Amino acid sequence: MANIQLKGVTKEYGVNKALRGLDLEIADGEFFVLLGQTGAGKTTTLRIIAGLEKPTDGQVLIDGEDVADWNAAERDVALVLQQYSLYPRLTVRGNLEFPLKSRIRKLDSAQIAERVDKAAATLQITPLLDRKVERLSGGEMQRVSIGRAIVREPRVFLMDEPLSALDAKLREALRVELKKLHNDLGATFLFVTHDQVEAMSMGDKIGVLNRGKLVQVGTPSQVYSAPLNTFVARAVGTPPMNLLKGTLSGGQAVIDANGFELPVNGQGGQDGQRMTFGIRPEDIRLESGAPVEARIFDIEDHGVVKILNIEVGEHRIHATVPARMPVALDETIRFGWKGDKVLMFDPETGHNLSI
Amino acid sequence: MSDLTIRNLFIIPTIAFLIIFNIFPLLYSLGYSFTDFRASTNAPANFVGLQNYHYLLTDPFIWRNFTITAKYVIVSVTGQVIVGFGMAMLLNRDIPLKGLITTLLLLPMMLSMAVVGLFWKLLYDPSFGIINYGLGLGKFEWLADPDVALYAVALTDIWMWSPFVMLLSLAGLSAVPKHLYEAAEIDRAGSFYTFFRITLPLVAPIVMIAIIFRTMEAFKTFDLAYILSSQPTAELIAIRLYKMAFLEWQTGMSSAFAYIVLVMVVAITNIYVKYLNKVKER
Repeated sequence: MANIQLKGVTKEYGVNKALRGLDLEIADGEFFVLLGQTGAGKTTTLRIIAGLEKPTDGQVLIDGEDVADWNAAERDVALVLQQYSLYPRLTVRGNLEFPLKSRIRKLDSAQIAERVDKAAATLQITPLLDRKVERLSGGEMQRVSIGRAIVREPRVFLMDEPLSALDAKLREALRVELKKLHNDLGATFLFVTHDQVEAMSMGDKIGVLNRGKLVQVGTPSQVYSAPLNTFVARAVGTPPMNLLKGTLSGGQAVIDANGFELPVNGQGGQDGQRMTFGIRPEDIRLESGAPVEARIFDIEDHGVVKILNIEVGEHRIHATVPARMPVALDETIRFGWKGDKVLMFDPETGHNLSI
Repeated sequence: MSDLTIRNLFIIPTIAFLIIFNIFPLLYSLGYSFTDFRASTNAPANFVGLQNYHYLLTDPFIWRNFTITAKYVIVSVTGQVIVGFGMAMLLNRDIPLKGLITTLLLLPMMLSMAVVGLFWKLLYDPSFGIINYGLGLGKFEWLADPDVALYAVALTDIWMWSPFVMLLSLAGLSAVPKHLYEAAEIDRAGSFYTFFRITLPLVAPIVMIAIIFRTMEAFKTFDLAYILSSQPTAELIAIRLYKMAFLEWQTGMSSAFAYIVLVMVVAITNIYVKYLNKVKER
């Protein structure tokens, strides 16, 4: 088990900068999720930690030791990729044994068999052990590649969007299993994803990555309720936070462009200042006596809740309401918001003014 | 024009060509193989039954030709696979001028067999050939030495056709997903283990195809061997067949001989194809 530290890591591919001075710290036994869009540098970060890429600049420390001169094998990390990367023409058992047969490990066949059986039992793939990997389904393949990581008992588990290629149901099931696995093993996990639901539901900590820089690190609830800037605010949560430009005036948010006026109770910002106001969809209330009038533009029924897209002035705002609430397209409704939940961001820098 | 007309327009010439130039001679020569026909005389062909086949299959000299050919095929194809696959392994990485080097390496197989034969005859020449000069072998007779001649021909064939194996292997090698190698690296697999466990199984089918092609070709080698050496120890089946048909004018006998060779090539190819399917299945 190990902790990982990245200090000012920069990676350039020609003129492209994949990472720009990335600082990151992952504690021993933590489930750390790196969240970011395509091209944010998530995979590069992972590959640098794994030792498959060398950073252009900066240091990687595992357990406080600079591992710059260690190759991938010496770092003793396990990597699970989105493409299952199982070894072809081998059985499931053959794949699970593969990393253990390395001479460096000096394991005898009984030890190998024991580890393989244990991992197979954990992942419920025991019945598949003698099957060729070509004959497995996507979910089974991913279980096997996770299994191949487990048998090694590595210092760190690195996972590069391991669930992205699976269908929704399997993804959910494996999400739970991975979380459980992390609890059982107590190992350090670094999990990379672009899926914020995955990040929120699995991570002890989330790091939001944007253009090669870490924007914010925190627990899921910290990142969700107190995003450091508008980027994080939009990156976390479905549907994303509503962002509205306007002016703070006498405790009221005055929204631009035929907008509306609603009270704000949060701190930060001065009277008369230009602002970007942020409000989560679930903090918007639809009530008959509410102050603002709007038109329902779109309704998405998710069973538990309905996500409405309402139109007011030139703005479209997402609102989450209970599924029981009767609503119809093009209906005129009235809404308000929870004034204490409104976040205020600097309209220029996007920085959260209440932090 | 209707679809049917267009279809016929394309198909009929092809079928006609195939029948006139392939199928008809094939059947006609099958007929000849049961006669004592000689194309050099006006004498009518007499039906002799299986006599030609019986004679050929019991003739020790013919069997020597088969043995020689077998040796040649084994040496030449093995050499081509080793050299060709080795070159492919060397080329399958990021090196400067990779495209140019690959093209240059492919040149031998683009030359005409006769040209290659004539060049190598000069290279092997005992008095002024560069091979003897380079190796300091004096006046060693590569192509006239009964023990060496066949292998000298095989060596030329290896030189000429290794690039073919290289080309196919290279295609196979570059199709191996890179992430498998990365996974193996992280799993601490050594380079030998990686090669035998990842590279080889994935490239095997395409190398197998190269081997099938080269075996069939080597089996019927004629021009190269005919030009290079006239040693009886280097007399391949195709050369024997040529002599029988066009120097000795034993048309009926040589037709029978050709059929024996045909059956053998088909049989060997079938074995390979069966094995190929097995490799693919695994």
